[in-house]
Amino acid sequence: MAKDSDYGVNDLGLKIATVNGTGSASANGLLLQALFRMGIPVSGKNVFPSNIQGLPTWYEVRVNKDGYTARSPDFQLVVAMNPESYARDIEEVVSGGWVLYDNTRKLDDEFRRDDVTFLGIPLAGMCVEHFQGSRIRILMKNITYVGALVALLDIDMDVVKGMLQEKFAAKQHLMDANFTAIALGHEYAEEHFDCPLPIRLEAMDQTRDCVMVTGNAAAALGCVYAGATVGAWYPITPATSLMDGFTEYCHRFRVDPDTGKNNFCILQAEDELAAAGMVIGASWMGARAFSPTAGPGISLMSEFIGLAYYAEVPCVFFDIQRTGPSTGMPTRTQQSDLMLCAYASHGDTKHIVLFPADPKECFEFSVQAFDLAERFQTPTFVVSDLDIGMNDWMIPKLEWDDSFKPDRGKVLGADELEKAENFYRYLDLDGDHIPPRSLPGVHPKGAYFTRGSGHDKYGQYTEDSDAYVEVMDRLLAKVKSAADRVPAPEVYRTDGGLGVGIVSIGGCHWAVLEARDTFAAEGVHLDYLRIRGFPFNETVEQFLKDHDTVIVIEQNRDEQLKNLLLLETSCAKEKLQSVRYYGGQPLSKGYVIEGVTPFLTREHEEAKQ
Amino acid sequence: MSYIKKPVARHPKLKVNSLGLTVRDYEGSMSTLCAGCGHDGVTAALIQAFFELEVEPHRLAKLSGIGCSSKTPSYFVSEAHGFNAVHGRMPSVAAGANAAHRDLLYVGISGDGDSLSIGLGQFCHAIRRNVNMLYILENNGVYGLTKGQFSASADIGSTSKGGVVNRQGPIDPVNTALSLGATFVARSFSGDKDQLVPIMKSGLRHNGFAFVDVISPCVTFNDHQGSTKSYAHTRSHMHEVIETDFVPLRSEITTEYSEGSMQSVTMHDGSVVKLHKVAGEYDPTDRRAVLDYLVDVGSRGEIATGLLYLEEAGDDMHGFENTVDEPLVEIPFADLCPGSKALEEVQKEWW
Ligand SMILES: Cc1ncc(C[n+]2csc(CCOP(=O)(O)OP(=O)(O)O)c2C)c(N)n1
Ligand code: SF4
Ligand SMILES: [Mg+2]
Repeated sequence: MAKDSDYGVNDLGLKIATVNGTGSASANGLLLQALFRMGIPVSGKNVFPSNIQGLPTWYEVRVNKDGYTARSPDFQLVVAMNPESYARDIEEVVSGGWVLYDNTRKLDDEFRRDDVTFLGIPLAGMCVEHFQGSRIRILMKNITYVGALVALLDIDMDVVKGMLQEKFAAKQHLMDANFTAIALGHEYAEEHFDCPLPIRLEAMDQTRDCVMVTGNAAAALGCVYAGATVGAWYPITPATSLMDGFTEYCHRFRVDPDTGKNNFCILQAEDELAAAGMVIGASWMGARAFSPTAGPGISLMSEFIGLAYYAEVPCVFFDIQRTGPSTGMPTRTQQSDLMLCAYASHGDTKHIVLFPADPKECFEFSVQAFDLAERFQTPTFVVSDLDIGMNDWMIPKLEWDDSFKPDRGKVLGADELEKAENFYRYLDLDGDHIPPRSLPGVHPKGAYFTRGSGHDKYGQYTEDSDAYVEVMDRLLAKVKSAADRVPAPEVYRTDGGLGVGIVSIGGCHWAVLEARDTFAAEGVHLDYLRIRGFPFNETVEQFLKDHDTVIVIEQNRDEQLKNLLLLETSCAKEKLQSVRYYGGQPLSKGYVIEGVTPFLTREHEEAKQ
Repeated sequence: MSYIKKPVARHPKLKVNSLGLTVRDYEGSMSTLCAGCGHDGVTAALIQAFFELEVEPHRLAKLSGIGCSSKTPSYFVSEAHGFNAVHGRMPSVAAGANAAHRDLLYVGISGDGDSLSIGLGQFCHAIRRNVNMLYILENNGVYGLTKGQFSASADIGSTSKGGVVNRQGPIDPVNTALSLGATFVARSFSGDKDQLVPIMKSGLRHNGFAFVDVISPCVTFNDHQGSTKSYAHTRSHMHEVIETDFVPLRSEITTEYSEGSMQSVTMHDGSVVKLHKVAGEYDPTDRRAVLDYLVDVGSRGEIATGLLYLEEAGDDMHGFENTVDEPLVEIPFADLCPGSKALEEVQKEWW
């Protein structure tokens, strides 16, 4: 049994188990925001079912004074509100931890554990007594457990009350109900338990320059800032909230004040094939256009993606990855579309892909994606995932440079076309593999036929081998040349490294960083490189050269990142080792440590001593 | 911006339009379709329509899917931008293009395979969206390019070249368009240029999705006896219901029709479409009545042609989406990017 001394202030994994559709999301959000406003590094991860009402759902809160906000490796406190999932929820508490539950109904003995403390509160009973109507009772039950947590964890009550006041400023009756519920839980806990628990919290000053946001909201804002005017989509979890965000920000920033008309056009397509077609059509006209989707959508878009690649139409796609294959587990996360996006479509194709690790990069990479797409006249993917896209992340405040000018790439204007002797769409004039393009409606000399069928460098239909190969070779060189323009990998080197390096990607980053620090504390120093863009640049190649063993950590079954590295670098297969977690949850440091340890040789073990 | 084409050597007697262009300036590259293919008749009519409408070539965007029919855009207006999409998916490209640049004139060419099989969904949704474009379906009852398989427009009982009888019922694109709420619906025949040209001109001036189903025989795979999409069958079974006269803005009305047999519709740009009723009682603005009539005529194996239905008042896609009048592609970046102060403001809500 764990002793009190095992717990520190501001170091806590908290899991709240509820039933979806009962309004627990807003209670949990309130809790998370309160901790954030107390200045404590925090993250929230929503584990929800693909269902609208009635199934188990969990919310995991990680508080960590050192700023580690990857998924909590363990849970000291579980709020068990769903009898259906009692068994597994109670089992998840660490030995010596606490379970807060609703004791309006007696807890079955089978769920009892000797090594954890049960904190029973008659939540339903109190709510029935104090509120009228079943809906409000259900909602307030959630707020009541927040009230209890305020006492148990020593959360700043003023912060919580302040937030309720902000939120319900216009709805007095709701504010009153929330205040009552908070007080009910708080008073009950104060009276019956030894508050605060040893896992208590304390105000810090670590979140002052930070914001709390989801990756999809940040990416949506990035699209607005990039100047995207056309968005096309078909609803799919976990990408929907990206278009919801874009819609919201457009209505806020893009409505012409004089006419009330929109400086944007959002088309809800009949499917992802159509969404891709719309994006390509708009981009062909010279607009910045994009579509957010998930793996199933990319599968459907593939034929069109090949057209855009071959006909060199810039366009931007967001793949907010979820657990595949097929429909898979739509509300769980994974990194299993890496290969799909890198080579989407039949025939020889290769695409520019950006891999954000948090909402800050979602914002920045969306802006960059449009620049890259237009510079290289090719489909560009921002590959995020459900964890980054839909969960709340604490990130440094976003910044914007007002002198930013978008890179629209090589586009010939009317004057240039007028002066030009002739215009050939696919003729590389200066050896950078990127022929200038013309836009419809600008000048008769700019006219050409955009086609996915065989064409020569003059833009003419062809079935001639040499003419075909010439264009295909240039396309390969063109996309390869983007390697130095995609976000560079982030490299962490150590003095006295062991010749072992880690390579990882996207949202794995935070668990890898944390595990790496844990290893370092034991004297095992590991170099680390985080891939942020594809095609890979020279830094990636060099990192692989510099290490005898490279452990690739990723969230899919088939070692997709590892295989991409083998395909696209000169690295020897024997060098690369693989650590994979693909169960659908965000990665936590435990998996990394467990996965990496077997690859550390006796030498490394000795280094520890 | 307007560009007057430099005079090229041309027949001195060729008529010149107000842009200084002759009908030949609206041609494209040489057709590579089979000699006698109906699709070439559609091309010829389109060229005439663009010339007469005095369309600026570079302000035209021509799109298509995949098929023999979808090759057509190469054969007209070489100074217009073209887009050969993937099979059956041209409508979405057109919708996206139009969303970005509403000031261009859009013409989409498709086939019966392209629009009624693989692309039926996109065809239907372009109608619902009322994308402002002229949409021509070159209908031959077969997949020409893949060598003559039955398409979804093949009639029950129609036979293939090899003698196979089609048993599945057809998807009638005109009835489909009407039932989905299309605002401009016509049917014509590639061999009837006189009927086609005014319909195409009217369609190009229509504010919304202008659909023209053109029976366009495939001489190689579906022009034999027993086919209901052959030249001979079409000629002997078609009858014109409405004769269309397109009167551009500011021109005199020359054709005279007797009172009561004519309805005129003023188009978005002020031009007028005169609909002369050939077949007695027929109201081309009454959707229900038109559908009933067509089902009736169709059940007798007859092919009713003409501009069958027209409704000009509604909103197109941009009306539904409330987009600004100016093309989105022309809005300067400064008006699109909210800037650093706004970013500060947004982030206050993320705290
Ligand atoms: C995804 C896909 N499947 C199949 C094809 C092969 N294909 C090319 S054209 C065509 C049928 C075209 O028929 P239709 O639209 O009626 O045009 P037509 O040739 O008769 O004018 C098919 C099936 C293709 N290009 N793409
Ligand atoms: S195969 Fe048929 S549709 Fe194709 S070009 Fe020949 S005649 Fe026309
Ligand atoms: Mg056909």
